[in-house]
Amino acid sequence: MPSTPDLAAAPDTRVRVPGGRRRSTQGLRNLELALLVFAVAIFFAAILLVQLGASGGFDFNVITMPAIIAALTFCVHIVLRFIAPQADPFILPIAMTLNGIGISMLYRLDLAHVAAGEESGFASAQMIYTAVGVVMAIIVLFLLKNHRVLLRFMYISMALAILLLLLPLVPGLGDHDAAARVWISIGPFNFQPGEIAKIALAVFFAGYLVTARETLSVVGTKFLGIQFPRLRDLAPIMVVWAVCMGVLVFQRDLGTSMLYFGLFLVMMFVATGRISWIVIGLVLVAIGGVLAYNFMGYVNFRVHAWLDPFDPEMIDASGGSYQLLQSLYGLANGGLIGQGLGQGRPLITPVAESDFIISALGEELGLAGLFVIFSLYLILVARGFRIGHQGIDDFGRLLAMGLSFTIAWQVFIVVGGVTRVIPLTGLTTPFLAAGGSSLLANWIIVAILLRLSDTVRQTPVEDRE
Amino acid sequence: MNRNIRIVGVAVLGMFLALFISTTTIQVFQVNNLANGPENRRSQLADYEIERGPILIDGTPIASSNPVNNMYRYQRSYANGPLYSAVTGYYTYTQGSTGIEDAMNAELSGKSDSQFFAGLNRLFTGQTPAGAAVELTINANAQQVAYDALGDLRGSVVAFDPATGAIIAMVSTPGYDPNGLSGPDQEQVLDTYNQLLADPNGPLQNRAIGGDMNPPGSVFKLVIAAAALEEGIATPDSPLENPATWTLPGSTAVVNNPSHGSPCGSGETTNLRIAIEQSCNIPFAQLAVQLGDDKIRAMAEKLGFGHEFKVPMTASASIYPDGPLDDAQTGLTGFGQFDVRATPLQMALVSGAIANGGVVMNPTLVESVLTPDLRELQGQQVSEFGRAFSAETASALESMMIGSVSSGVASNARIDGVDVAGKTGTAENGDDEPYSLWFTGFVATDTTHIAVAVVLEDGGGMGQSGTGNGSAATIGQQVMKAVLDG
Repeated sequence: MPSTPDLAAAPDTRVRVPGGRRRSTQGLRNLELALLVFAVAIFFAAILLVQLGASGGFDFNVITMPAIIAALTFCVHIVLRFIAPQADPFILPIAMTLNGIGISMLYRLDLAHVAAGEESGFASAQMIYTAVGVVMAIIVLFLLKNHRVLLRFMYISMALAILLLLLPLVPGLGDHDAAARVWISIGPFNFQPGEIAKIALAVFFAGYLVTARETLSVVGTKFLGIQFPRLRDLAPIMVVWAVCMGVLVFQRDLGTSMLYFGLFLVMMFVATGRISWIVIGLVLVAIGGVLAYNFMGYVNFRVHAWLDPFDPEMIDASGGSYQLLQSLYGLANGGLIGQGLGQGRPLITPVAESDFIISALGEELGLAGLFVIFSLYLILVARGFRIGHQGIDDFGRLLAMGLSFTIAWQVFIVVGGVTRVIPLTGLTTPFLAAGGSSLLANWIIVAILLRLSDTVRQTPVEDRE
Repeated sequence: MNRNIRIVGVAVLGMFLALFISTTTIQVFQVNNLANGPENRRSQLADYEIERGPILIDGTPIASSNPVNNMYRYQRSYANGPLYSAVTGYYTYTQGSTGIEDAMNAELSGKSDSQFFAGLNRLFTGQTPAGAAVELTINANAQQVAYDALGDLRGSVVAFDPATGAIIAMVSTPGYDPNGLSGPDQEQVLDTYNQLLADPNGPLQNRAIGGDMNPPGSVFKLVIAAAALEEGIATPDSPLENPATWTLPGSTAVVNNPSHGSPCGSGETTNLRIAIEQSCNIPFAQLAVQLGDDKIRAMAEKLGFGHEFKVPMTASASIYPDGPLDDAQTGLTGFGQFDVRATPLQMALVSGAIANGGVVMNPTLVESVLTPDLRELQGQQVSEFGRAFSAETASALESMMIGSVSSGVASNARIDGVDVAGKTGTAENGDDEPYSLWFTGFVATDTTHIAVAVVLEDGGGMGQSGTGNGSAATIGQQVMKAVLDG
């Protein structure tokens, strides 16, 4: 790597060289359009199948709102044709597909609630949030013409992230009914500021690491065959660790704590290439884990429920393994090909609409359906990594990496928790689970990735670092 | 930096690989384990979606599933609940099930191995899964007569065909209405269940095959007589000592015959025939001591004591106490006291063995199992439990039991024009406790096969003044007559 110039201040050196490596803009966008049509078809089909499965008939009126969502995503496509014609053609259709599958499953849960004589309305709320998210993505695409602008907002991002993290603790704002204090309520609106904070953190980490990577790469002592950094360079990771522990202790939110620390570690590794940071990070996680396990009742509880969910005491305990167990039964009930949309019993798993939506999907779409969903995430993340891989500047690379890694990491934390790979922590499944802030955050991530991918391809190969 | 991105890429691939593996493990390899996991609400509900097969008597359902508009899809209803409660048992969504509902659950819910392909076929042809029908061996008329005869009394009647083991009647009173336990409102079901459980008369006990078993008293003398005849220590007419009272060896307890202080019959000596007809205690106490507890136990076990018959619900094993017993205890078992306990089913089997030439048949309630398209999955299972004694012993016992009815203390069992063999019992439960009243017997013809046992707890409502002949024999007679007439 060459030494890093101050990119924010650097003049735009991009030159459109005739005959340079450029792809057909038309081809990319047409591919995107075709995939988007396919994604919308999946969305509509899923909604109608849910209806057929749950109530035995079709009511085409329910297509109205999904049609609006579809129209909005086509707007994104058209916007891209004009202001980011070289953007990656897979990201938007995959986001649309996942979002559509999520809405369909929420609609399915709504129907189950109606059958049980209750009111829920997850799907309509989710569709409104989706519309807001998609419009936000369009706004971001318009506002963010060059991602390097974000570097100027690095410290503002940090301040924003800290502010967002502290919000739920403000008296009167925080929703204290929930076990984890990660929500704020303003009037009728509930908001999970941690979801937005993850974008601000990714921006801050990327900016910080671009400037600090030289220092952080400096090798100190060698131990067990690994070069460890100098003691004085440990300060940043200790600060991040402390913040994450704070989240864990004060907000009782294991998932978010894991999300932020994992994000920082991986971005740090990408920036420096030093395995020692990962080792130090894991040691810190181990220390935090042991402390939390011994001094925080709910962490201890989660670990027990993870190791032995079948323990009768654990099943009956409040906040015990009943939910996890019913979710496992739901997945098992789905088996290889699933019960079919609208034909399972997803409502048996408590709060299936958020943390456990993957189990509801697994019950009705089966292992086959889950593999498709995981593969969609994997492709989405791979496209993000590709942007990082082809990136034109270190800030853009780190940002693309960080944002796409949050999606992968969040999926792993939630789905791994539901399927007993790791203890259950509780985060929203990106694009699938009910939640406005999560959808908003993920659509903003989509917009940033689209912008980055366009920038990457607009820049001829010979101009890159 | 690209090298680092590739490494993270591999790590993410590893993370997703872990998710692929974990979901595959749950959704493919652990499916069966999880389906039977604790508190699996989905498996419970899936059971209710199956149209459970009916329980039939002569093709008429006594239990059937009807479509309803709630989460359970079907509701079990019982045509004549209390009459058949000892047979059908109950079927609840959350409190388990009993009786045929429990013992034949695999067939009724369509999940027995023999129904696997039928179920698969229905699945592919789009029909809702349905369970098999279970046709019972019960004779509706005999069941009704037995139930009416027991009336408000606490007791039980079991009647069966000694040649095949087919159970003709099985009543336990007080019965209960299983309809009260099959509703969709689980709180109400639990309430009803707790009320039944708390009822001092124990309606949930199936006295025919279990519950708190009663001492058999004098009906157990048939077992002692069988052992004595088999061992050759007595014949029906060989002389036996005839004291007016007898002090049990090694004890101060005095044994009396039914008329306290009187010998058994008017003679200097008595014999087995007189002792059975008059139901004398002293000769049987003496024979028991002479036989010893091992030989009595061996005979009792050949007749089914100590064995849990599957009818197909599990009948409690009747008890001959574990040895070694001292002579006084053995003497008491000679007339069915001390720790001997028996179910009416067991005592009916003793009569049945005598009627059937010494062979004990395994009792069963199931005549056939029929698929929804009326294909027979299973016919009546006729099987021998074993031979208890020789045909000679059987016919000797039969002649003495006929005497007991025609000219002895079981006179209330008489039926005009037919030889009835019978034996009564009036068992003590403790000094001030009401007696347990017994009758067991059979119709001694070659054409009609029925053996019956009746027990009445609480002295048949008369405390210590009830007698086996007075109450139990009358009921036995009515049930046998119903089968003869029917």
